Amino acid sequence: MTARFAATELNLSNYRTERRYRLMLFSMTAMLVLPVLIILAILILKGAPMISWEFLFEFPRRGMTEGGIYPALLGTIFIVVVDLIFAMPIGVAAAIYLSEYAPDNWLTRAINLAIINLAGVPSIVHALFGVGAFVIFFGFGTSILAAALTVAIMTLPLVIVATRESLQAVPQAFREACWSMGASRWQTIFTVVLPNAISGILTGLILEVSRTAGETAPIMFTGAAFFLPFLPESVFDQTMALSLHLFVVSTQVPEVPEALPYGVALVLIGIVLIMNAISIVFRSYLRGKKKW
Amino acid sequence: MSEKTLAPSQLDQRDASWYVDKLVQILMFVGGISAIIFIIGIFVFITKEGIAFLFEGFSFTEFFGSINWRPTSSNPTYGALALIVGTASVTGVAMLVAIPFSLGAAIYISEFATGRTKETLKVLVELLAAIPSVVWGFIGLSIMNEFIIEVFDVPIGLNVLNAGIILGLMAAPIMTTIAEDALKAVPDRFREAAEAMGATRWQIIRQVIMPAAKNGLVSAVLLGVGRGFGETMAVLMASGHAINIPTSPFDSVRALTATIAAELGETAQGSEHYGALFALGIFLFIITFIINLAADLVVRGIRKK
Repeated sequence: MTARFAATELNLSNYRTERRYRLMLFSMTAMLVLPVLIILAILILKGAPMISWEFLFEFPRRGMTEGGIYPALLGTIFIVVVDLIFAMPIGVAAAIYLSEYAPDNWLTRAINLAIINLAGVPSIVHALFGVGAFVIFFGFGTSILAAALTVAIMTLPLVIVATRESLQAVPQAFREACWSMGASRWQTIFTVVLPNAISGILTGLILEVSRTAGETAPIMFTGAAFFLPFLPESVFDQTMALSLHLFVVSTQVPEVPEALPYGVALVLIGIVLIMNAISIVFRSYLRGKKKW
Repeated sequence: MSEKTLAPSQLDQRDASWYVDKLVQILMFVGGISAIIFIIGIFVFITKEGIAFLFEGFSFTEFFGSINWRPTSSNPTYGALALIVGTASVTGVAMLVAIPFSLGAAIYISEFATGRTKETLKVLVELLAAIPSVVWGFIGLSIMNEFIIEVFDVPIGLNVLNAGIILGLMAAPIMTTIAEDALKAVPDRFREAAEAMGATRWQIIRQVIMPAAKNGLVSAVLLGVGRGFGETMAVLMASGHAINIPTSPFDSVRALTATIAAELGETAQGSEHYGALFALGIFLFIITFIINLAADLVVRGIRKK
């Protein structure tokens, strides 16, 4: 007679099945993540020799086959800054409305659906909108302003979602305590809710920078130029941009040395990944610090 | 007991902070509905630019039935069939890659991985999602291109397979995140109840969690499809950009989005070609709107229950 709690044949076969599936799922996860690590390694290996002080701070020369990426790098920074000026206030306001004011009605549902769609509409359709609205209708021409507005609208959902999540993570009791002291709704939001949610809003800001720096399609007809021999002087000028520069040197320009686009790609992906890494570290640091 | 009667003006307790409060509420409301305004604005403005073409040069049978996209010939034709098939074939391959891997990864991260492994995997998936589409396009153009030429011994590596794999890798992290959220939303008591009945982890996943999270998983797939449909730069750079009805994964194709991106710069504003590109935009807008709406309705389906 076997021991009472010994595993039966059924138990064992169940256990084996489980192990098999677990291994399968793990290898699927690994196969999803591994190519990225390999790609990153290749980009670093081929791109790193390009990176130098001159590469970052010189103008492109000889039809963009030599020289640096300075105007593109600077242009990307301009677009990001102007984008933040528009996207952050509107995005944060929308998040505050949805988290603090919005009743559960058809309008709120419509807003949520609009946010999902804003994120889901193809980037090239956003570009068409930018051309139709900002470049032509509002008369900004192809300019930093038009490009930044187009990207700001496209990436708005990112700010809204990140901010809304952090606002909703502030316990309701905080608000109630403040209301019962006689504070108005806005006083409560400004002095209690927002300070407690600032980490999430900053995370949203960092992610917004990362997304904006990487976008290509929405800026290529609204304000980013293939090549400019000078720097933009106002928001109504065109500019070069890093993301478009990568597209240009890898597809449009003949006889580019092989390493050059790898260098551009490495700088671009470096900016994006560093931004994302900061937001991840920041988030986990603040999660550890949270008092409630 | 004396009752003091207050004059109506004294009953009014609105002070400065009351007005500030109202003003802020209005501002926040404007911020809130801005998303709706922008979505309507997008539709209005692309329709405004494309409407002239829709009424003049547009023919329904040509647009959806002809593969001849020849906007620059002396007798221009605007048949988008090859572009639609191109987009669909690339998205199809992308989903073949992305659906099993992203759902598998979501299940592993949500149900098996714990502690540090779980955090690491989630961070890696997040970083995967952060890579810009133009970098993906460059990867398709340089690394994947050589890889496909070498492994499959074909003359050109920029084809449906290349763009599909790139697009699959791009769509997978978003799908993984949404699917993982859906799995996480299944209450723990479901798992505990099944475990108490002696079910193994895998049995719980297959017979309890997957059915309970079904709607969320379907919506993850739908959003992945929408993403595939709308991706521009990566598809432009990796698909070969040749107007073609593909007969094998090694054929080059051209996508709807890529056509707009490649040709808009060369057209004069207000020309027929320009209008035709906006018409493609309207078509893309409507398709992705329907896909997103469907995904939203599917998710709402679970909440109702």
